[in-house]
Amino acid sequence: MSIDLPESAVPPPTEPGESSSPPSRRTFIATSAAVGGAVVAGGTFLAVPDEATAEGAAPSSRVSLTVNGTRRTVTVDNRTSLLDLLREHLGLTGSKKGCNAGACGACTVLVDGHRVNSCLTLAVRLEGAEVTTVEGLAEGDRLHPLQQAFIDEDAFQCGYCTPGQIVSGVGCIQEGHTGSPEEIREWMSGNICRCGCYVKIVRAVEQTAGRK
Amino acid sequence: MHPFAYTRVSDTREALKAGRAGGRYIAGGTTLVDLMRETVERPGTLVDISGLPLRDILVTKEGGLRIGALVRMAEAAAHPAVRAAYPVVSRALELSASAQLRNMATIGGNIMQRTRCTYFRDVTADCNKREPGSGCAALHGVNRSHAILGTSDQCVATHPSDVAVAFAALEARVRLLGPDGEREVPFADFLLRPGSTPQREQAVKQGELITTIEIPALPRPLKSGYLKVRDRQSYEFALTSAAVALHIRGGVIREARVAAGGVGTVPWKLPAVERHLIGERPSDALWTAAAEKATEGARPLRHNRFKVALLKRTVERQLRIVGGTK
Repeated sequence: MSIDLPESAVPPPTEPGESSSPPSRRTFIATSAAVGGAVVAGGTFLAVPDEATAEGAAPSSRVSLTVNGTRRTVTVDNRTSLLDLLREHLGLTGSKKGCNAGACGACTVLVDGHRVNSCLTLAVRLEGAEVTTVEGLAEGDRLHPLQQAFIDEDAFQCGYCTPGQIVSGVGCIQEGHTGSPEEIREWMSGNICRCGCYVKIVRAVEQTAGRK
Repeated sequence: MHPFAYTRVSDTREALKAGRAGGRYIAGGTTLVDLMRETVERPGTLVDISGLPLRDILVTKEGGLRIGALVRMAEAAAHPAVRAAYPVVSRALELSASAQLRNMATIGGNIMQRTRCTYFRDVTADCNKREPGSGCAALHGVNRSHAILGTSDQCVATHPSDVAVAFAALEARVRLLGPDGEREVPFADFLLRPGSTPQREQAVKQGELITTIEIPALPRPLKSGYLKVRDRQSYEFALTSAAVALHIRGGVIREARVAAGGVGTVPWKLPAVERHLIGERPSDALWTAAAEKATEGARPLRHNRFKVALLKRTVERQLRIVGGTK
């Protein structure tokens, strides 16, 4: 399956079970935008990147990956980042787009257990990969210990960087770079917090690591 | 971002074929995807080489290291053989970028990365590296972070890598595989000074593939380390940096390998500093006198005059950290 429709003809995004509900702010924005659409077709998503230029059909590829334990097969415009695939096409808006240049860490997810910047990861390259986003950390209603620690420590103000901080913190703890507050600071430096909640973020990571 | 075709290759023969046909190799992609989004890079075809078997780190018989081009920065930094033999390499890697980027970026890609000059990244600015002949906006622009060594009237951009400074100091060799077989390029010849062709940055021919970086054996015991000075404590490019490796036996410096980063259009080897150290006994006075040689030939720009003094102090301090004092 390939994209052979001009972009203006790509139908607005729909998701199973969503058709009867009133349009949310998100679907309204996505529908109104000239670019950025997805359509369920034979169980396959067609995904057009957020930043596609209006030059007609662009090369696309089919890729199968696992996101938070669910197998997904998608056909993506080759330009689609993992972040755009998650947010715009799979409805997983936990991972945030801050700089879209690998400089802020708000988009951090785990790919095959390693923390990476999803904005710099082309979705098309993830054949067979296991992706974990902030939505995949909790077990049912039970938050991941680091999520709980962020609440307990009040480790955020506006919250925009928080999903990236938490996923990055999970990676940092797994890597074992939590020997001291200084070490945590250094190994969490890829996550910028504009509100400046670093002291409490470090405390949350430290306490979660200590509990392990 | 401009549209591009995408192909995945599983062996080097396939890769070379796709490279020869004009495809652009992608490994970690942390530089390339970023620059494609800025439309600084506009490849027609991406050739995904991440499946190639170039992910080993081997210790040679002589005691040198061979690092596969696709070893991730994080893997190389954490590898016991790298940490034991060349702390200067693992330290330079750990002080680079962020944990996320080090999990993605590869060693081969690291030495292929392009400059962080803001005018190069801004497609509305004049830049001879991006658009040959258009001029250099940095030459008389905001050039605080730019180079003081190896510049030309065409380009004053620094090479941003840290580990490349360690590779330059240690006189590493880059192994390249092309249609005509393998060849080896000394690191000093691998990264090119801008001269009148700033658009040419590496001595790589179209379709050639980096397979390994080899660090030659050095006499033991060897002490080494990397110091990076920057505007903030972490996750920032160097204003100045120094890679130092010293072999001291019987209280005398027998071998010295020194290079500087953040100051040159390429990682800047410092042979005059090395020569000043050989045959001498470590002392505070020696470190100061040797570091004086670090800025020979420096040509500061309007906003980066401070780098001349900062470089001397960076080299002096790192010589003292590695070599100690009597």
